[in-house]
Amino acid sequence: MAGTIMLSVHPSRGLVDEKFRVEVENLPPACPVTLHCLHRSEDQDHWEAFGHYCSDHSGTVKVSEDESFGGTYSGRECMGLLWSMRPVPGSRRGLRLRKTHVDIPMTLLISVYRGHLTAGFRELPPVASVVAERWYMAPGVKRIAVEERGVVGTFFIPPGPGPFPGVLDMWGGGGGLVEYRSALLASHGFASMALKYIDPGDTPTDMAMGYFETAFQIIQDHPQVITDRVGILGLSFGTSVALTVAAYSQISRPRCCVCISGSHAYPITTPMDLLAEARVRNSEKVWKDEENNVIWRNLILPIPTDPALRVDVGRIECPLLLVNGDDDQNWATTESAEDVHPKGSGGFW
Amino acid sequence: MAVQGPMLWLSVHPCRGLVDEKIKVLVQHAAPVQRLTVHTLFRSEDGDDWEAFGHYVSDSAGAVDVSEDVCLGGTYSGHEPMGLLWSLRPVPGSRPSLRFRKKDTGTPMLVTISLHQGFLSDSFTERLPLASRVVERWYMAPGVRRVELTEGGVTGTLFLPPGPGQFPAVLDLPGGGRSLPEARAVLLASHGFVTLALNYLNPRRTAGGEYHVGNDYFQTAFSVLQTHPQVIRERIAIVGLSFGASMALGLSVYSPTIKPSCLVSISGSHVQPAGGSLGDIFAEFKKNEKNTRYDEEKRVIWHDLLLPIPSNPSKKVDVGQLCCPLLLIVGEDDQNWPAEESASDMKEMMEMSGNGHLLTVLSYPDTGHLIEPPYSPHCRSSNFINAESREKYPPR
Repeated sequence: MAGTIMLSVHPSRGLVDEKFRVEVENLPPACPVTLHCLHRSEDQDHWEAFGHYCSDHSGTVKVSEDESFGGTYSGRECMGLLWSMRPVPGSRRGLRLRKTHVDIPMTLLISVYRGHLTAGFRELPPVASVVAERWYMAPGVKRIAVEERGVVGTFFIPPGPGPFPGVLDMWGGGGGLVEYRSALLASHGFASMALKYIDPGDTPTDMAMGYFETAFQIIQDHPQVITDRVGILGLSFGTSVALTVAAYSQISRPRCCVCISGSHAYPITTPMDLLAEARVRNSEKVWKDEENNVIWRNLILPIPTDPALRVDVGRIECPLLLVNGDDDQNWATTESAEDVHPKGSGGFW
Repeated sequence: MAVQGPMLWLSVHPCRGLVDEKIKVLVQHAAPVQRLTVHTLFRSEDGDDWEAFGHYVSDSAGAVDVSEDVCLGGTYSGHEPMGLLWSLRPVPGSRPSLRFRKKDTGTPMLVTISLHQGFLSDSFTERLPLASRVVERWYMAPGVRRVELTEGGVTGTLFLPPGPGQFPAVLDLPGGGRSLPEARAVLLASHGFVTLALNYLNPRRTAGGEYHVGNDYFQTAFSVLQTHPQVIRERIAIVGLSFGASMALGLSVYSPTIKPSCLVSISGSHVQPAGGSLGDIFAEFKKNEKNTRYDEEKRVIWHDLLLPIPSNPSKKVDVGQLCCPLLLIVGEDDQNWPAEESASDMKEMMEMSGNGHLLTVLSYPDTGHLIEPPYSPHCRSSNFINAESREKYPPR
């Protein structure tokens, strides 16, 4: 009797940034199959990804080695079943996959179906299924709610005595308290604090640098943190904060600064009246694409030359890493990076 | 405090794994040629602390790789990638005769792995380690379902792998003792088998029921698996440990309805009244209780209860009649049961009968009775409650 078709995922419990191996064995040779990944988010939306494969002469499919012929991803993509997940047909619009409860894993149902399917996964029985867990928190990471000296955030401390390098982690203008990146950083040995500095739905205004300096100090003061090895990490609007603090704070000396998808235009210390003027001037620069999606990228263009309207990055004394997407339609990040550090101009960034 | 250069780094991969999965423990950026101790600590569900440790010397790059390097001493030595887990033992001062057993198999073991400076052998909790990590060791893979079974009067725990099936199945017959051990059954389900851990020594009894279950109990259990919609009917194995192996051997040969596709006997013996029931077997063993011996620490040795291996065919299972493959797993230093002697006798019987090709024997030197899932901690002796007499060993 032929062996049972075996589907395996290894590791079955991994961190979200860890690669996994998905393999199918005991298929007939040259058998077309679809590998499918299903996830139900905390908001109860269903996300799926799938790839079309063909077993080799021994009846095996190895997602880490074989090519996907199509689906939500194609080519040799060992993690395609994860990164290409999208809301299932019929879902609400504009969904974003985000984990709120970081102490509970994401659960994925990974299945193999006969043939190359693009729909009907719910109606057809798979040949085999396994469950995999993806965690933001490694075992032993401690999660501590912070409400101290007016600062609100969540501190994630790695297991062990330490001391550890620290990170002040700031999410973007969407606001609230987004914890998963800090949880993952702590899983990799950084004592990281996710900081709440905007309420969800509010427009970022009137940021007092003192709030961020206090947050930075709280991290430095923690007994398990190496005082002079605390960096700042900012995403989107968080970049404005990070660069402003790195350039202008007399108190906080970050060891390094990492800015993701952000700009040095309009630092958080920009006077309110100048900001209001800029908004009026630029309001007609907001436009929509063919699917009615809002594009804000031109709001900060051209990059201001008025020193009051951009961070003087020449004052920054620590290493700076700018991480941008070339097709960022939300913010003019590549133009900003070019302004910060023109290509070919050398120097250490 | 300024820290120069890359920080000392202790990593364990995977940080969440099955208990039978290897881990890789790596130390990086320690000082070169530095004496180090890697220590593991585990607190059991009963609140007992277990520990293991190994002494290593970092290489010229300041690295230690537990899977590659040689351990120079500790609770294990030599090239032992998993020594930090299988050599776990109760910390000094613990209650005596503890046996490692995870009762709640749906939650992981939490093991703390720490790095200490120098070669330490004790007082670990009094010193601050250089670094620590926590790893989870699971019996249950994600998606495995646990179902308490009470069907047709049979009680036990059914474990189902995720997915539609169908799956091969295992009827798991654990050894003597009070509570139903589920560890092996849940691990088998994590590897794709529908497994029924059968409670046959302490099932719920109906009023007026007999003290020991009859053979029909096992037949019902087997048919529960056969008729389960997610089980491949023709692929059901029986795995027995110790006393459970005795039952497995007898049933496979003499039961008209129990026909496993293969049989695994761990630390078992075929010596028992041929075709007898559970009650018959207990009665027979009781007759030989006078053969119980004790070692220098008054620990019970039941090895001789079944010796000498009888030549009278009515006193042992006629394994010459077996129609399915049989795997015998024996420890050559088993002091609980004469597993090695029984295995030799079974081999002889099967060869004489012409079904010797069905037999495979895995024989482990210097190994005792409790052959558990891979990397489980060992124990030299343990507390035991006799399922029949409810006597506690060691006696008070």
